[in-house]
Amino acid sequence: MTTSMAKQDAEGSSLNGASKRSSSDRGLIEIDDVKVVYGDKTGSHTAVDSTTITIKPREFVCLLGPSGCGKSTLLSAIAGFVEPSDGTVKLDGELIDGPGPDRGMVFQQYSLLPWKTIYQNIEMGPRLANDIEASKTANSFLEMVGLSKYRDHYPVQLSGGMQQRVGIARALATYPSVMLMDEPFGALDAQTRLVMQENLLSIWNEFGTTVVFVTHDVDEAVFLSDRILVMSASPGRIIADLKNDVPRPRLQSMSTREDFTKLKLKCLEVIRAESMRAFEMQNT
Amino acid sequence: MSTVIGEGYTVEADPPYDQHSISLRSRDELMALRLNRFTAWLQNLELREYLISFTSVTVMFALWVFVTETGIANELFLPGPVAIYDAFTRVLFDGYQGSTLIEHVGTSLYRILSGFGLACLVGIPLGIAMGMSRSVHASFSPFIEFYRPLPPLGLYTLLVMWLGIGEASKLALLFLAGLPGIIIATIQAVNDINPTFIRASKTLGATRMQLIKEVYLPGAGPTILTGMRISLGFVYTVLVAAEIVAATAGIGWMIWDAAKFLLSDIVIMGLIVLGITGVLLDLVMRMIGRILMPWTTVRKL
Repeated sequence: MTTSMAKQDAEGSSLNGASKRSSSDRGLIEIDDVKVVYGDKTGSHTAVDSTTITIKPREFVCLLGPSGCGKSTLLSAIAGFVEPSDGTVKLDGELIDGPGPDRGMVFQQYSLLPWKTIYQNIEMGPRLANDIEASKTANSFLEMVGLSKYRDHYPVQLSGGMQQRVGIARALATYPSVMLMDEPFGALDAQTRLVMQENLLSIWNEFGTTVVFVTHDVDEAVFLSDRILVMSASPGRIIADLKNDVPRPRLQSMSTREDFTKLKLKCLEVIRAESMRAFEMQNT
Repeated sequence: MSTVIGEGYTVEADPPYDQHSISLRSRDELMALRLNRFTAWLQNLELREYLISFTSVTVMFALWVFVTETGIANELFLPGPVAIYDAFTRVLFDGYQGSTLIEHVGTSLYRILSGFGLACLVGIPLGIAMGMSRSVHASFSPFIEFYRPLPPLGLYTLLVMWLGIGEASKLALLFLAGLPGIIIATIQAVNDINPTFIRASKTLGATRMQLIKEVYLPGAGPTILTGMRISLGFVYTVLVAAEIVAATAGIGWMIWDAAKFLLSDIVIMGLIVLGITGVLLDLVMRMIGRILMPWTTVRKL
């Protein structure tokens, strides 16, 4: 069931009309001088330091960095969960104030509502948006991720990989212009993760949404992205903005290509230099 | 050379081996297998628990029969099972002080269910509001925390002064007994909801009211049910107190009244009937919970 989707990527066939309203020009994210400071009277912590980025519509951007570098905080600022202490985040020119269905979000794990069936989880977004064809929409997305058979099952009954596919379907069912993904495959085993990465690319290819994908896995970032933003901790900021020219469609077998490994080494080098700097700073 | 004669057992012997010894060993083997099956059955935890419960109840019952039949226990204070059964049929058909057992039980169940139902109707929404908002929590919790440890009888005297000796004060007492448990369980349930569920629902466009319906209420459901089950127990504990004042029927009143005349058979019978209704109500609540919350009982594939 998972390989069929990888095949569709190669053939470029239509996915059951689920993508009929796919966006083309929406999904421009402008992050302007954003700073996020957490803290109280006892002390504050700058999670994200003055950051300015523009993410183009349809672009697949990976935020790469070690845990605690503020990449999830930056994602939360785009999602609207966190209000920047300074600066602005705009989506298609509109200031973001709070979460909304124009930005679909896929979480690390256990984010499906356990009391709803798989179908009900996917149908919730369209229904809350008063989509009169909510049920039809939900069914087509269910089919897209190849889980129609599990329509009336509850999330606990599914494996981690299957749950994340439902999570992706749920995020896309409101036809967002941006998909925000917070280490969505981090909790999966290595084999499942590789399959999920190919699945994600085929879905993205079909929908053409802007994707901001948070990961600490260099291979994953190189495999998926158009562009890699490497982040570093304390204070969290972007230390490298790398273009990924590995041709599409991407296949896992490409991971030995020269351009693939070169980009990977480049990422590792940036991260290593930064870690060394941080290490030296701690010792002085 | 070895010959396999059963699951995991082999006979070490060179041919021609002794036929007789083999058949003997097989019989041992069979016995061992039977014993294994028996111990495996005993190790089935659920079954073993039932067996132990059944045994302890049987032992208790036998002890009861023993001490009453031999005269060790004074029949005035502890009548035997037969006397209790007689009291049961007597009150069931002829009634006690003008009401049959069905009427006594019915009156009490009506009071319990009204008071408890009202407590749920008020407690669950209030608990959700208190769990979601710190200011609502701050406004209501002082009162709940204050009255919760008060002895029901002390509270009851005030309720009688305010509401009279009729039905209203009884229902009010049962309501107040059930309320705090439900509120506290609901607050806890709301606080325990995984924040990711709320975030995820917000990205799907859920408003505050929709969050209550789609996330808070179902997410808190299982813990609320536990709170309701414990609260029903509290309601039962104050039933007799509630029926002491100016009642003419009710199982609690019947027990209280019979005790005044040292009718220990009716007291014990009344307690047993009351206990059984409690167990049945708890069973009904668990069943309703299973129907309303099917996801709590599904199994992994």
